[in-house]
Amino acid sequence: MKNSRIRVLVAKPGLDGHDRGAKVIARALRDAGMEVIYTGLRQTPEQIAETAIQEDVNVIGLSILSGAHMHLFPKILKLLAERDASDILVIAGGIFPREDIVELKKIGIKEIFTPGTDTNEIVKFIRANVNLP
Amino acid sequence: MTNQDKQIIEEAKKQWEENSLNPVLKKFPERKKVFVTGSNTEVNRLYDPLDLTDLNYLDDLNFPGEYPYTRGVQPTMYRGRLWTMRQYAGFGDAEESNKRYKYLLKNGQTGLSIAFDLPTQIGYDSDHPMAYGEVGKVGVAIDSLEDMEVLFAGIPLDQVSTSMTINAPAAILLAMYIAIAEKQGIPASQLNGTIQNDILKEYIARGTYIFPPLPSMRLITDIFDYCSKELPKWNTISISGYHIREAGATAIQEIAFTLANGIAYVAAAAKQGLDIDTFAPRLSFFFNAHNDLFEEVAKFRAARRIWAKIMKERFGAKDPRSTMLRFHTQTAGCTLTAQQPDNNIVRVAIQALAAVLGGTQSLHTNSRDEALSLPSQQSVRIALRTQQVIAYESGVAETVDPMAGSYYLESLTKIIEQEAMNYITKIDQLGGSPKAIEHGFIQREIQNSAYQYQKDIEEKRRIIVGVNQFQSEEEPMKDLLKVNPKIEKRQTERLNKLKKNRNELKVQENLKLLTKMANSEQNIMPAILDCVKSYATLGEICDQLRAVFGEYKESLKI
Repeated sequence: MKNSRIRVLVAKPGLDGHDRGAKVIARALRDAGMEVIYTGLRQTPEQIAETAIQEDVNVIGLSILSGAHMHLFPKILKLLAERDASDILVIAGGIFPREDIVELKKIGIKEIFTPGTDTNEIVKFIRANVNLP
Repeated sequence: MTNQDKQIIEEAKKQWEENSLNPVLKKFPERKKVFVTGSNTEVNRLYDPLDLTDLNYLDDLNFPGEYPYTRGVQPTMYRGRLWTMRQYAGFGDAEESNKRYKYLLKNGQTGLSIAFDLPTQIGYDSDHPMAYGEVGKVGVAIDSLEDMEVLFAGIPLDQVSTSMTINAPAAILLAMYIAIAEKQGIPASQLNGTIQNDILKEYIARGTYIFPPLPSMRLITDIFDYCSKELPKWNTISISGYHIREAGATAIQEIAFTLANGIAYVAAAAKQGLDIDTFAPRLSFFFNAHNDLFEEVAKFRAARRIWAKIMKERFGAKDPRSTMLRFHTQTAGCTLTAQQPDNNIVRVAIQALAAVLGGTQSLHTNSRDEALSLPSQQSVRIALRTQQVIAYESGVAETVDPMAGSYYLESLTKIIEQEAMNYITKIDQLGGSPKAIEHGFIQREIQNSAYQYQKDIEEKRRIIVGVNQFQSEEEPMKDLLKVNPKIEKRQTERLNKLKKNRNELKVQENLKLLTKMANSEQNIMPAILDCVKSYATLGEICDQLRAVFGEYKESLKI
């Protein structure tokens, strides 16, 4: 288990172009020894699920600041479930109202990181919760 | 300063160091080994007249309203007229946003600033699959002229100045604005306002591009040309450093990359045969006001000085207005914390003060709750009141450029100018800003700064109150704004109804003509104006242009 590197897809669903957070996280995870794939902007739920499966990732980190998370996240989780990929750890970062966080955790987003989060905290969370084969 | 004066001060300084400073340092070492600005430029212990011996008042500063405009673009600055207080707003549909604008105008705001939702900014109608979940979220949804009519209902366009944050489809929204003015009986020549229209920083930092660089630059040049004849009071572009800074750039990088983009626009227009002095006076800028008070003030002053020199020396501008850098400022959204959000009121006040001391022409102050959601009405009011307190109570608006002559400020202004010029030279060597973007040079520089900033916070080299120090337990903030979830459906229904009721033949005819003009070398604005007047939708117009111009794909390097 220790020998296989954690593979992470950092994805930007929705239309917003705020990718500072996504890029900083991508780099921090890479510096922590993970393999990181970054999708770029404007990814549809279908594209994200497809890339995650193609790239055989263990983790998906969704970054969004447009406010469309309640529409897009459930769709992504549903697509992953349909393709037997629910073992992928899905986490998210961005600006989320408190009640949305509760809701999103209920449907299977494992953790949500809001502004001000230390990247080391995210690294720790992934290591503790990832399902490696 | 005479040599003799200089010697006297040097001698006295030496004495001071030996007798006063060194004993104190021995007893009480300073808090840190190295002190830096918000952008990691080293800060000396003390600045004194010896730092300014090279400063030539008339060449480097001069009087306000005089080249190179370091002290401001008007002779009287805020003694004549205060800056325009302009809060960026818009959410939901046109009707809701119209209410917010009227509220802001009633509360003493002096200009409008329209936020569009992301589908509008990227050229999708509200019923497009890509628009799913995004309609009305970060701004107002505009699908056609009909929505614009509602958005500005009861707001006479000859009495407000309107800034529109719209880039890739800027020509279309401008055409809609001209069309509603016409309906209000106001000629285009009287319209006051700004379109952002700055595509280069979209590729660099903001992300709402549609078309590739070449046709995008052509659209921009067409707008310059059209407005120089039809809308002489309109600011045809707002060359923006704001988003570059938000993406993580330093103060120096912010102005360097922004001015490099400015150079690219001027060069593109000149290449099309436009005379510099017909369009350059209508170029405007948009900067960020971040936390470091002195560095920000110095940044604004340095930007004015650099731009004046570039326009005069490099492009041979003759009209003084072509060399004046006029700018809008917004306080730095990226400095707002989700923790202890009321602290943001104080941050915003300091940042806004920097903008005013830096001689901004207009200002948006962020609301305390924007790291949590779109701002509530109450938070927006505090943000606007912050500007009013600075304007009417602080006294800083009573004299022109009050910080000039400060040893520290003038030293910083000079350093920022030099460092920014180094970047501009480097970008010139790469073939100009579009090429530097294509190589990923600019994006990489920004990403490196962003990562460094994050690490500085995590390793506590940089303290953010309430985030990595002085944390406290807190109640969740109440009364956050929620966008009405029914907007998407309502907007889609309105769009369907419009498509049934308009003259379809006319629309198709105009869209065909648009394609023809897009393929030609003629100015595209009149064809766009015809399209919007016949109620062709934003999505339909952009689709025609996508078919001719193609779409931009970002090249990724992290």
